[in-house]
Amino acid sequence: MAWEMVVGLEVHAQLRTRTKIFCGCPTAFGAEPNSQVCPVCMGLPGALPVLNRKVVDYALKVALATNCRVAPVSRFARKNYFYPDLPKGYQISQYELPILEHGWIEVADDAGSPKRIGITRIHLEEDAGKLLHPEVPGADYSLVDLNRACVPLVEIVSEPDIRSPGEASRYVKKLREILVYLGVCDGNMNEGSLRVDANISVRPAGTEAFGTRAEIKNLNSFKFLEQALRYEYERQVDLLETGGEVVQETRLFDSHRGVTVGMRSKEEAHDYRYFPDPDLLPVVIEPGWIDAVRDSLPELPDAKRARFREAYGLSAQDADLLCSSRDLADYFERVAERHGDPKAAANWVMGPVLRQLNRDEAPPLADAPVPPGRLADLLALVRDGTLSNNAAKEVFDEMWATGRPPADLVAEKGLEQITDTSALEAQVDAVLAASPDEVAAYRAGKKKLMGFFVGQVMRATRGKANPQAVNQLLRSKLEGG
Amino acid sequence: MIPDLLDRTARQLRELLDRGEVTSEELVRAYLDRIAAVDPGVNAFITVAGDLALEMARTADARIRRGEAAPLTGIPLGLKDLLVTRGLRTTCGSRMLAEFVPPYDGTVVARLRDAGAVLLGKLNMDEFAMGSSNETSAFGPVRNPWDPDRVPGGSSGGSAAAVAAREVVAALGSDTGGSIRQPAALCGVVGLKPTYGRVSRYGLVAFASSLDQIGPLTRDVADAALLLTAISGKDPLDATSLDRPVPDYAARLRADPRGLRVGVPREYFVDGLDPEVEAAVRGAIGLLEDNGAEVVEVSLPHTEYAVATYYLIAPAEASSNLARYDGVKYGLRVAGRDLADTYRKTRAQGFGAEVKRRIMLGTYALSAGYYDAYYLRAQRVRTLIARDFRAAFERVDVLACPATPTPAFRLGEKAGDPLQMYLNDIFTIPANLAGLPAVSVPCGLTSGGLPIGLQFMAAPFGEQTLLDAAHAYERVRGEPVAYPDPASTA
Repeated sequence: MAWEMVVGLEVHAQLRTRTKIFCGCPTAFGAEPNSQVCPVCMGLPGALPVLNRKVVDYALKVALATNCRVAPVSRFARKNYFYPDLPKGYQISQYELPILEHGWIEVADDAGSPKRIGITRIHLEEDAGKLLHPEVPGADYSLVDLNRACVPLVEIVSEPDIRSPGEASRYVKKLREILVYLGVCDGNMNEGSLRVDANISVRPAGTEAFGTRAEIKNLNSFKFLEQALRYEYERQVDLLETGGEVVQETRLFDSHRGVTVGMRSKEEAHDYRYFPDPDLLPVVIEPGWIDAVRDSLPELPDAKRARFREAYGLSAQDADLLCSSRDLADYFERVAERHGDPKAAANWVMGPVLRQLNRDEAPPLADAPVPPGRLADLLALVRDGTLSNNAAKEVFDEMWATGRPPADLVAEKGLEQITDTSALEAQVDAVLAASPDEVAAYRAGKKKLMGFFVGQVMRATRGKANPQAVNQLLRSKLEGG
Repeated sequence: MIPDLLDRTARQLRELLDRGEVTSEELVRAYLDRIAAVDPGVNAFITVAGDLALEMARTADARIRRGEAAPLTGIPLGLKDLLVTRGLRTTCGSRMLAEFVPPYDGTVVARLRDAGAVLLGKLNMDEFAMGSSNETSAFGPVRNPWDPDRVPGGSSGGSAAAVAAREVVAALGSDTGGSIRQPAALCGVVGLKPTYGRVSRYGLVAFASSLDQIGPLTRDVADAALLLTAISGKDPLDATSLDRPVPDYAARLRADPRGLRVGVPREYFVDGLDPEVEAAVRGAIGLLEDNGAEVVEVSLPHTEYAVATYYLIAPAEASSNLARYDGVKYGLRVAGRDLADTYRKTRAQGFGAEVKRRIMLGTYALSAGYYDAYYLRAQRVRTLIARDFRAAFERVDVLACPATPTPAFRLGEKAGDPLQMYLNDIFTIPANLAGLPAVSVPCGLTSGGLPIGLQFMAAPFGEQTLLDAAHAYERVRGEPVAYPDPASTA
């Protein structure tokens, strides 16, 4: 029998507000453990949460970018459970009345056609702290770092619209791209800024009813997400085909072994005893608030890609690459605008610039040693024939290393091309005089020898001769003579 | 020393301090002596902060000499031991927090410090404010200064007893279902619960967040008004505090009951109401009428559901609020063989029986499958109760009724019967459910010499009207019932 995979994803994304969702502590990564804490995020007796309005601003941006409906009134609720990384013994989340509902984003299905993946709801919540298990043999304790406690999260719950590991992965990539474009999340899966849980079931292809699902936790890379779904699909299909049954449970992905393992069954599931948090007022969103956020919304990746194709005549592939980050796209546009030739700008940004950026210690593009204006200046030198393409690449690397403007480097290194025909003529004549056999052979029809002559002239000029000018001179002397 | 110094109200002391007839330090020493003499019998204090108080007094005296005194500068106060005080242990009457020293001040405490008030110490209470007799405290019961065999009420029993026994000029308590007004009534002092949102809860250790409110316990109504002004107002650290102007309540007090429309809710005069309490309260209302108030009977039909509603909502919120006491971060930790065992042992040994009872009640009420039938329905009834009050306040300015069904009962009398204990709050709970301001004022003694409390309630943010009515009653009542004199052990 043919089986079909049915997947819905829960994506948790940390919002990069400067301060936490319910107190004024900073959210920055990498600080000393428990250095970014206060009575509120430590859950001290008597402390109370107060909502950071910036978090709502961010949620509204997400709403507009994912076609969600904004609830005019939403509520925070307490999700009650005990865990050492949860200082209050409950997590402040949203339950019955989430802030956003009924959205969708478009991703490519496995055949490459566009497909809408529905978003059931998006709600706000606070992150928990982090447990540190000391790597000391025999250690019988763990440590708690509460710097992350109370950092704002959005949980984005998709409809069970996803049908393959590839689709799942593309959906998360698309979401991540949107969140990063919006500037609300850094999208860093290694540091846990973006975490994914997957609900997966299988059913006979062509049927409607859902099978029993398993929830897989802890999928912190695209690779793991796809691996886990593939494994779990096989596991469930095997079970069903051998007369077994899938049980509803929570499973953990073991990335070392590439398998999912049972964590707790439905019966063992927590009763979170949700109820509205009496310490926080309902979140009331007036239409004016949404309008203000809409005005501050950046161009989103899909729209930008379409514009790049149309306005700059770029291929879909080039537009995709250039739009892979907002910074890169902005950089390209500034080079293209100043230089006036978008194709040349695109080739340079996708080539030498990306190569530099992909190095290990590359600075973020915003701090690049070659700002877009300088690159455009360099391209102008290529266009007016001052520099050969190869020489320009050399200059570019030098600019990147030193942060100096192109004109200085070109003058210093004497890299200007020789395009002056009179200056080249002597060199050409010398080469032809030194190679009478080759000249004769060329004239007898061995046209391929043109390359040889050009190479000789280039060598004699140490590469500074303009190849077009050399070609032209050689041709007129060999054929016209 | 000035005679009767310990009998003076905060306002009277203000004059003495400003005129230099007494210093705050002298005052604090007099109170510390009084505490040393009577508190071994009363047990109103969990922590006496003598050195801190003297230091604060000297600072206050310097400020007074500079002519920069605020109304409470130099006045010795006590705080219920669930108001978080930086550097001064805050126990909530529980073994769980017996050694807990907070690293921060709650908003109200910070305001009192800024005002130059002197903190004498932290006052006994029912554990985590759960109780009506102060018998659930891990630090031993408080004894009623009027009769050491009787309870002072609760949960702010230490606050009420300390004011009655003249161990402090005034105190702050908290009121979730009557925890200020009921002990105030049983100890013969004034106890005010402000409108929900009038006073910041930041730094008030939560029992039931949608009901808790901090308020003063004082010798008279004007002192309550004075303290209310000092602690009220919007706080950016408490989202449920409301941004309403804070008047100088004491300065604007009116003493004339003429024109005051007083509603008498018939549902508050029921079977089980002690005849002497009923007589005293009806007498007090009659006195107001004789002096020009307009008295009408009103009905609050959903009153009979208030106690049941309260005992779903308050424990539900408490079950969540008290989850943080898990032995991981602060407070008691009883190590077990693994994490779950540590949780179990810590909470088993850290909490007393009443707290456990309420955590279980609340956990049950919030459980999957029961939430709608219990918690959600209770919230709906709560709305109906608030609606009763709204309708009543379209006709009257204040409601007048007994604060408690009986005077102070004996220690141990109800300790084994939670339901009887819960019913002692039958008249105070509705104001919490509706978020209303309410006050208890002494209105006489029983034949056995026990205080009786008259309760007024007003519409939300009607504190001025409420205090006017209570103040007017106080004036027509005449000078106070005497102070009790608990046995001095000195």
